[in-house]
Amino acid sequence: MPPKYHIETANVPNRYPTITRSGVIAWEEGCLKCPRCVKRECIYGVYDKKNLDARQMVDSLDSLCKDCFRCVQNCPNRLIHKSLNPEYKNLGDDYWTPEIISKLWFQAETGRIPVSGAGYGGPFSGPGFDAMWTDMSEIVRPTRDGIHGREYISTQVDLGRKWMSLEFDDRGNLLSPAQSLVEIPLPIIFDLLPWSPPRDRINHTLLRGARGIGSFAVISQQEWEPSLKQYLDQVLLYINQAVETVDPELIKKLRLVEIPDGPRVLERFQKLKAINAEVVIAVRLPLSARSSERALELTQDGIEILHFTANELGREQGEDPWYIKDRIKEIHLHLVRFGVRDQITLIAGGGIAMAEHLAKLILCGADAVAVDIPLLIALECRVCRRCAAGIPCPVTIDQIYPPRGEARIRNLMAGWHNQLLEIMGAMGIREARRLRGEMGRAMFFEDLEAEVFASLGKGVAS
Amino acid sequence: MNPPSPFTPPEIRRVPSRFRQALSKYRITLTSDCDNCGLCVTLCPYDVYQKGSKRPRVAQDYLCLGPSCHKNEFYCLARCPRDAIRLNPNPSFEVLGDKRWTSDLLASTWYMAETGEIPYQDINYKTGDSGGGFDKIRFRLPSVPHPAISEEAISLAIELNRSGDERPQIALPVPFYLGGMSFGSISIHSMLSRVRAATAWGTFCCTGEGGYPDELKPYDDHVITQVATGLFGVREETIKRVRIVEFKYAQGAKPGLGGHLLGDKVTPEVARMREAVVGSSLFSPFPFHSVYSVEDHKKHIDWVKEINPRALVSVKVSTPNDVDMVAVGSYFAGAHILQLDGSYGGTGAAPDIAKKNIAMPLEYAVPKVHRFLKDEGIRDKITIIASGGIRTAYDAAKIIALGANGICLGTLDMVCLECLRCHNCESGRGCARGIATTDPELTKLITQDWGTQRIINAYAAWIKQWRSLLRRLGLTRIQDLVGRWDLLVHLDYADPQDLEGVLE
Repeated sequence: MPPKYHIETANVPNRYPTITRSGVIAWEEGCLKCPRCVKRECIYGVYDKKNLDARQMVDSLDSLCKDCFRCVQNCPNRLIHKSLNPEYKNLGDDYWTPEIISKLWFQAETGRIPVSGAGYGGPFSGPGFDAMWTDMSEIVRPTRDGIHGREYISTQVDLGRKWMSLEFDDRGNLLSPAQSLVEIPLPIIFDLLPWSPPRDRINHTLLRGARGIGSFAVISQQEWEPSLKQYLDQVLLYINQAVETVDPELIKKLRLVEIPDGPRVLERFQKLKAINAEVVIAVRLPLSARSSERALELTQDGIEILHFTANELGREQGEDPWYIKDRIKEIHLHLVRFGVRDQITLIAGGGIAMAEHLAKLILCGADAVAVDIPLLIALECRVCRRCAAGIPCPVTIDQIYPPRGEARIRNLMAGWHNQLLEIMGAMGIREARRLRGEMGRAMFFEDLEAEVFASLGKGVAS
Repeated sequence: MNPPSPFTPPEIRRVPSRFRQALSKYRITLTSDCDNCGLCVTLCPYDVYQKGSKRPRVAQDYLCLGPSCHKNEFYCLARCPRDAIRLNPNPSFEVLGDKRWTSDLLASTWYMAETGEIPYQDINYKTGDSGGGFDKIRFRLPSVPHPAISEEAISLAIELNRSGDERPQIALPVPFYLGGMSFGSISIHSMLSRVRAATAWGTFCCTGEGGYPDELKPYDDHVITQVATGLFGVREETIKRVRIVEFKYAQGAKPGLGGHLLGDKVTPEVARMREAVVGSSLFSPFPFHSVYSVEDHKKHIDWVKEINPRALVSVKVSTPNDVDMVAVGSYFAGAHILQLDGSYGGTGAAPDIAKKNIAMPLEYAVPKVHRFLKDEGIRDKITIIASGGIRTAYDAAKIIALGANGICLGTLDMVCLECLRCHNCESGRGCARGIATTDPELTKLITQDWGTQRIINAYAAWIKQWRSLLRRLGLTRIQDLVGRWDLLVHLDYADPQDLEGVLE
């Protein structure tokens, strides 16, 4: 058995104060100066530590308060209140919600997975990834204890084309080309960022983070610069212009490259293989209603990896766009129907915001998942998108010190790895490769609603 | 067989908040224009005001009707001669609650725990804001009332042993019992409050997986002892003590994952009870490492039946894709009770990813299992208890109409003890409000008498709601509601305009 995959974590505090959901409002006027003030009785010591947080130079009060409301309820003159923080409500948007952003911050800071008491407090279900649940095994299944140590749950996946059979000539010489596969220990690659402040330091940070987890970061040829040579094993170079525009010596050193879909995709594929026969080539293409057909064509043409991209809200292109999970499901099933699914690797991304999205997209048929915005959030991004409009970043991500950023990205990925283990462990699945497309172990909102609720009130007794 | 003894419902006594001010939806303030004429004190029938030396004191604004009071003749804002009364939403109230347990549901539960009455204020005590499941399902009540049924004559009783075996019949006078919460995850006072309230209502309370503290002994006849995967605190002697033994295979909040008690909460008492080491985190592994088949499962149940010949056996499972097959397996293994714990249930600590995503909500699982067992011809042989995400008396009635015989509750009791769902049960010294903690100082924030009566009261208010609902549905027994899908509508699939009757 290979050594257990483990991502090192360490606490890496924020550079900027965290934006909390609510704040304490305490009036001084009218204070009765009680000998036993409720502020002194706070079990979290919120008021004792007030103004003492020199590192952040801000009032520590709000980030320490855990909303127990004892001071609010016990102050005799009702001078203490809690109120929602408008800055928190304004974080992100309807998709990148304040809850998602703040939980990503927590993971990037601590490397721990979010754990809490009491039951789930969110909506019953929702669009996209919120319209599915994952399965568990109750009684009958082999023992597992991947999280706490005794057994091994592998999250390793392969990127590349798999030959279903080998061809030999009459004399028994192997005709099939060597199978080139790239293995990554976690089914995640870091994708191009949809927007960001200037990237010199950010790209170093992402590549260092990719090295920390043993994976890859997509770097476009325009952003390539010699100082990135130290990370060659982590670079997935996106060549969006003619192959000749890239130094062949560089191509020879790479393990993975990516090219856009288009009329000349096969020609470019051949040219790259001619330069480096072992490089594994992904074709990048936006998700749309045509994706299933195109996936089949490219698979039959011998392409090794398809990298489908949704927009940052997890939707495809075109009118009435589907969610990424639904289209990937369709693509996967289409390739299964034509008997070619196992030949090709499917990577998908766009709108991947939480560890559960990773697990769910794999269940829907992706072999690996491309992540973008959460990496910025690990670096304290608030998803304000000011950088996209050319306005300076309020948390100066462009100034990030790469080793610090790398540690936060590693923390986040460690949290996602552990959460993937939780989901797989509950299902009794010990290999991420076997999670892929395992839709029988998922439950979909539309199916359950149709099965259970649609008949209510139609005069049908049970 | 013990004939059920005649049951006397417990006394309801008013038990206000432990804190100086109850949290209220509205906040009333008196401006300096007030000349202390005292009219508001005499006008308000809800005792919102008390007399004061300089001006009246707004003593209980949580009892205020809110803006909907304006149509009343005693509406203080309109009647105040100096126009000195201000009624505003309480900003702190907005911080409370979430989509499932809205601030209205918290406040209405606190009111029921204080008074034992159905709330009259302008607060929604029937549904939350989750946008699906219970919150989209309504009862369709006939527009023409049924012939008068006396609410007192309505039976809320349920039988727990339907198997036809030689073991005792246990009938509960009420359609609920209280679910497993371990000593360690909650304080001994919280635990005893629950057990004593269960005893008062003639029903049961489960120990959870954390041992059977001696303080529970006087209530043995109303205790369910839990055998879970870590076997913490399980001894032959504790199994012999009780009338119901529960096997916990999985828990709705963290299906497929083990239990987890963080080291901070493992105090000397907790460690002694669980035969573990003080301060070290305790994992209850998943699954039962001795059960890999229905046959193994049956062996487990046979083992308990052998040790305690008078006990009924309950099996608590969560809600996977094949929950219907799990139910059949539990029946054939000899379980009397099948507890289905839905994915939105409570916990002392669980990964957020598990709470939200693993296994299906209760509202799907119960009708699936009900229909499947009916098709198998064994529905009448087993009692289905639903838990995990039941917040209101209406949720409870809905899940019974979807196919459960009864319900099991946990979070409700915590809210009765003034839990406000801050979700910090697991960290540091535990619950700051003294409910889910083992910290010696914080534990003292609750007294057993206070806690017991609060829980008793809330169930009294639920019982009133069930009786009223059954009367209007024309049913005399709650068991006649089981599986009555025809009485329910789902707002996404039915247009209220097209339906006869009143939706509630």
